[in-house]
Amino acid sequence: MEVFIQQIINGITLGSIYGLIAIGYTMVFGIIGMVNFAHGDVFMVSTFVALVTALILATWLGISSIFLSLFVILLVGMVVTSLVSWTIERLAYRPLRGSFRLAPLISAIGMSIFLMNFVQVAQGPRNKSIPPFFQNVIVIMEREGYQVTLSYRQIIIWAVTATLLTAFWYIVTKTSLGRAQRACEQDQKMASLLGVDVDRTISMTFVIGAALAAVAGTMYLMYYGVVSFSDGFVPGIKAFTAAVLGGIGSIPGAVIGGLLIGMIETLWSAYFSLDYKDVAAFCILAIVLIFLPQGLLGRPEVEKV
Amino acid sequence: MTLQASAPKTGVNVARAIRDATIAGLIAFGILLPLIGFETVQNMRNELALETRPWLLAIFVGLVVLASLFISFVVRPWNQHRRAVRPAGASLKGAALRAAFAKWFTPFALGVAVFYPVLVIWITGFSGAVKWIDNFGIQILIYVMLGWGLNIVVGLAGLLDLGYVAFYAVGAYSYALLAKTFGLSFWILLPLAGILSAFWGVLLGFPVLRLRGDYLAIVTLAFGEIIRLVLINWVDVTSGYAGISSIPRPTFFGIPFTANEDGFAAVFGLEFTPLYRTIFLYYVILALALLTAFVTVRLRRLPIGRAWEALREDEIACRSLGINTTNTKLTAFGIGALFGGFAGSFFAARQGFISPESFTFTESAMILSIVVLGGMGSQIGVAIAALAMIGGTEMLRELDFLKQIFGAGFDPTQYRMLLFGLAMVLIMIWKPRGLISTREPTAFLKERKTVAAKFVEEGRG
Amino acid sequence: MSATDVLQVEHLTMRFGGLVAIQDLSFRARHGDITALIGPNGAGKTTVFNCITGFYKPTEGRIALHHGDPAMWDELGALTDSSLRKRVRADGGLFLLERMPDYLVTKDARVARTFQNIRLFKGMTVLENLLVSQHNPLMRASGLTVLGILGFGVYRHAENRATEKAIQWLEKINLIDRADDPAGDLPYGDQRRLEIARAMCTDPVLLCLDEPAAGLNPRESGELSELLLSIRQETKTSILLIEHDMSVVMEISDHVVVLDYGVKISEGTSAEIRDDPNVIAAYLGVEQDEVESVITEPVS
Repeated sequence: MEVFIQQIINGITLGSIYGLIAIGYTMVFGIIGMVNFAHGDVFMVSTFVALVTALILATWLGISSIFLSLFVILLVGMVVTSLVSWTIERLAYRPLRGSFRLAPLISAIGMSIFLMNFVQVAQGPRNKSIPPFFQNVIVIMEREGYQVTLSYRQIIIWAVTATLLTAFWYIVTKTSLGRAQRACEQDQKMASLLGVDVDRTISMTFVIGAALAAVAGTMYLMYYGVVSFSDGFVPGIKAFTAAVLGGIGSIPGAVIGGLLIGMIETLWSAYFSLDYKDVAAFCILAIVLIFLPQGLLGRPEVEKV
Repeated sequence: MTLQASAPKTGVNVARAIRDATIAGLIAFGILLPLIGFETVQNMRNELALETRPWLLAIFVGLVVLASLFISFVVRPWNQHRRAVRPAGASLKGAALRAAFAKWFTPFALGVAVFYPVLVIWITGFSGAVKWIDNFGIQILIYVMLGWGLNIVVGLAGLLDLGYVAFYAVGAYSYALLAKTFGLSFWILLPLAGILSAFWGVLLGFPVLRLRGDYLAIVTLAFGEIIRLVLINWVDVTSGYAGISSIPRPTFFGIPFTANEDGFAAVFGLEFTPLYRTIFLYYVILALALLTAFVTVRLRRLPIGRAWEALREDEIACRSLGINTTNTKLTAFGIGALFGGFAGSFFAARQGFISPESFTFTESAMILSIVVLGGMGSQIGVAIAALAMIGGTEMLRELDFLKQIFGAGFDPTQYRMLLFGLAMVLIMIWKPRGLISTREPTAFLKERKTVAAKFVEEGRG
Repeated sequence: MSATDVLQVEHLTMRFGGLVAIQDLSFRARHGDITALIGPNGAGKTTVFNCITGFYKPTEGRIALHHGDPAMWDELGALTDSSLRKRVRADGGLFLLERMPDYLVTKDARVARTFQNIRLFKGMTVLENLLVSQHNPLMRASGLTVLGILGFGVYRHAENRATEKAIQWLEKINLIDRADDPAGDLPYGDQRRLEIARAMCTDPVLLCLDEPAAGLNPRESGELSELLLSIRQETKTSILLIEHDMSVVMEISDHVVVLDYGVKISEGTSAEIRDDPNVIAAYLGVEQDEVESVITEPVS
């Protein structure tokens, strides 16, 4: 029981990270029907931006307040990552919009390979580790020497995720940008005829997705303390799985899917096999797509004859 | 999508060009400042420290600004000029050129492929030839074959497969394990490995039949990764990350390519050199690739091949004509996997060593990109794309002179995949439908007219 | 009377979630007849087609198709009670279409169809379109591809025969000169005719046409009527037709079934239908007792 509770706690933490990345996939898929393959690598870039910012703050500026530096890291990460994603959309996707269906996918895969290798060349192939942000933990339960703990790091991840999701939810439901996004999802041509700037709306979708991925990147760096150029692929696929599981196109679905994937992964690792934890994630992806392609909260697709 | 603002017809808007370049430079600075401006390095105490690279940052931002100016002053006017000169349709001269190309390219390319080892030996002599035949010839031909195999699934049947490398891996491991365990020869195991792969192709194809488009791509990707992870974790059989080494090499109909007395060189009274094996392997993969091409050409003219293309065009119409789409898709998966398996067992036999490292997602992405860049369904296009992409990246190994410019620490090969990814994006923007996007009909009454790209569907599967 | 039916639809009901698209529909189509299925937009006509051709599985009801020996209709009850989907003898066959997957409806029961929004293989040539539709006989001739790959003569002969059949149809629909052009390059009216020829190349006993005259100009509609009449005359194929163009319906149909909101409201010859107040009411969108006043109202 204690192990279970501990794994649930860890799973929610991991799931928050997946959920934040998953929103980027789900929004882009919703609006232009494309799997943004490079999104996982955008997340990876954000972990490096966070790493460099953290090092600048700690070693050069000597800022000791962890909360202040966390705030600055988040801000810088969100801005730079959004810029990266905006540029990718502008250069690699927009020229291909409305053309051959496979072209954007190949372009996105190319972008993914490019980003991964760019970071490898620019920052070196080794794992980069920094000392952990917070060491403190709260012991929630204890029985027979097994402690169920909740670390400060986890609390911060939960809090930041919750806060940003609320802000994000406000943007997509209450602002004109959110309305424009929903209009573009339904019918881009009609939306543009009614005066919605479709290009700008799509760009903003990429920007928002990237900003949330940057939050996930900062949390990832803070939680694990290690980043590597190859860290985009597997979290990216898992976040995509989360998006699919929740129902692609559905934003609450992405969050729920993320939490589920996070918990399944930690429970699987604890009870079955650590080696096969990625296999479990990929199997869920395949099973969900095959048997429940509309996901938990998505709309089913009816075949038109 | 949105209505395009009417751009100035001719000439260059200098003010706009400068504004664009400034914005591009600022964005590049913002993005590259953390990624290039600073380098994270481990210091003496094994902690991460920062080093600054202001000059490198300045060079990169400068390059971006130059690229932006280049687009404004050269590319855009050139495009406008081209559009103005040739408003619609291709010129007659272009059509004649293309016809000549279509007629002569295949025999020419075949000739070059057949005489390539001779040419290489003639140019570089015996000592340098191994590298050029192996790294270029064999490497490119493997990808040509993989491209042609995947072309059946993606190009003809329109089923987007991002896990093709799985079948390559099944072929390679089948050969490696069976050859090491039972000591069977390459020529027996080659078809066996192919059949095993095809079996896996059908097995994995079965559950994903209902899926379309990107979903199919993602599930096949997941299957590819699952197979790779199993290869990593099933250590008892596959030895995990360590891989399988000293895999038996293929023999010349029973005569091994060794320096021994019963080796190839001794039997034929030649002086021993590893070159013979390389040449032999070159012709094996050439034969396998040509077999793939030949079978594909034949299949296209058979009902099954026409059904694949019809499936790509319109699945519902296929069903309304009594075509069993399930079987049609499964045969596409199976035959595609068969050739992937052949290529895999050849790969294992050529390397003598395999590990899961060789079967990553990047590999699948490379094969798929070769198919799409070449032009889906076009065998010539796929071959050209493989030549350009694989040959081009292999070329980087030969650019040692760059070390004299950038210093000894500069290793051009580490930019291989970086440039590969960049090339994928650029070629897609340049030619979204690939290099050869037209379709050759499989039957005709009076004359064989090439089908223009705009009519050809890309498939929803 | 039932002995000459090619198709019997009985108590067909199709529900999508809460929406009832077809409600307890029964009708028959006779061998060699042109039966028209008409009704206002959204009446459920295409849904009936999709049920007959196996694209939808009906919620309830029986769809029976027959060819050959008329006596086989007597076995319908026995077949329904069994769990089988068909009964085939040398001299005929009886099929329960609601039990068959879509491709078998065409392959075994020999029902062919066209689509409201033309579904040609646009990137394939006109000739290739007609060859694809002869997939099943060609597949047999190619020994499930094996003999074909090895280059056996059996397949070459079969392909020549298939090409000849395609040429026959191309001459009939006047497209022989465009045989080597991509189907997507044809004008709209030609595409409609090609789709019908493609369906006919599967050798159907029942040809289902979903609005074949939609988007055609009056001259083309006239040609279409001629084509359908000649198909019936020469191949004895029965035709089931959804159509909005009343000139086509009235000119060629032997029997008309009228649907409104998924319910059959009338049935009979074209003349009978034309005068049925129920039908007029449905088309004008008014209650039956208002028809009189609507019709007599002066057109403003």
